[in-house]
Amino acid sequence: MNDPLTIAEEWMKEGRDVAIATVVETWGSAPRPVGSHLVIDSDGNFEGSVSGGCVEGAVVAEASEVIAEGKPRMIEFGVADETAWQVGLSCGGRIRVYVERLG
Amino acid sequence: MDPYSLKKLNEYRRTRRAATLLTDLEDGRDRVVAEGDQVAGELGEHIAKAFRSGKSGSVEADGHSYFLNVHLPPPRLVIIGAVHISQALAPMAKIAGFDVHIIDPRTAFASDDRFPDVRLDAEWPEVVLKDNPLDPYSAVAAVTHDPKIDDFPLKAALESGCFYVGALGSRKTHAKRVERLTEAGLTPEVISRINAPIGLDIGAASPQEIAVAVLAQVIQALRTRGLESKRGEVA
Repeated sequence: MNDPLTIAEEWMKEGRDVAIATVVETWGSAPRPVGSHLVIDSDGNFEGSVSGGCVEGAVVAEASEVIAEGKPRMIEFGVADETAWQVGLSCGGRIRVYVERLG
Repeated sequence: MDPYSLKKLNEYRRTRRAATLLTDLEDGRDRVVAEGDQVAGELGEHIAKAFRSGKSGSVEADGHSYFLNVHLPPPRLVIIGAVHISQALAPMAKIAGFDVHIIDPRTAFASDDRFPDVRLDAEWPEVVLKDNPLDPYSAVAAVTHDPKIDDFPLKAALESGCFYVGALGSRKTHAKRVERLTEAGLTPEVISRINAPIGLDIGAASPQEIAVAVLAQVIQALRTRGLESKRGEVA
């Protein structure tokens, strides 16, 4: 089963650097509920989802920086964002995603 | 995330124990709280509420901003008896999000033809439950009318703290059941957790309608866990 948290633990055991992204808040129509996870390793491999495909690319990019720096960050995506045309939620919702390094 | 928190959380999830990952959004620290663990103050109240509702979210408590990620085991409905009521109850419960498991040793009843797409064991509950133990996120509805089949799983359900225990039968049938369970060593307080007659009192007349009443009562029990006074109002 591709359960993101189980995969994160396996990756950690394999010695890979891992980041965990979690949806902590949603407004309006959001494709994935609060609590959903995306796990990312330092090579950009990922499992799970925080938006059903809309913003995963951006989260993966942020995750590599979080892995390097070790400091968690909060990222917000949505139509209100000026980058909405590049990276946004086509459904019109907004989400906040917390990205942190494992360990 | 602390690797220790991740390991502990995954361990709880594997063993069907409810747990919440508590993350301080300012300093990034986290810890895992299992259901039943005592957490003091405002935060403790938020955590208890999160366990009841099953909803994850951000909360403000004691001057901190926390994210609570609640992981509840998927609720399971174990139906003792592959009877007419079960034929309606099983698919409806599945739609409502329950893992459904039907147990009935009578092979004439427990046939795949009668129960497509549902986990069905044509075995005695004693045998099946040994490998599939009940837990607080399981509901048990005993609907065979036969004490030889129903009594063991009812006792097991009460002893395992199942969030719902219901048994089909008239008040007279239930009075006899209470006598048997008392002889088996259960206290009146424990026995009173059995919902009998089974189902919310909606005047259900057909097996299908009884199934609706049972499912509604199971959902009510699931969503009001820990609110005993509320649950006690239901006959």
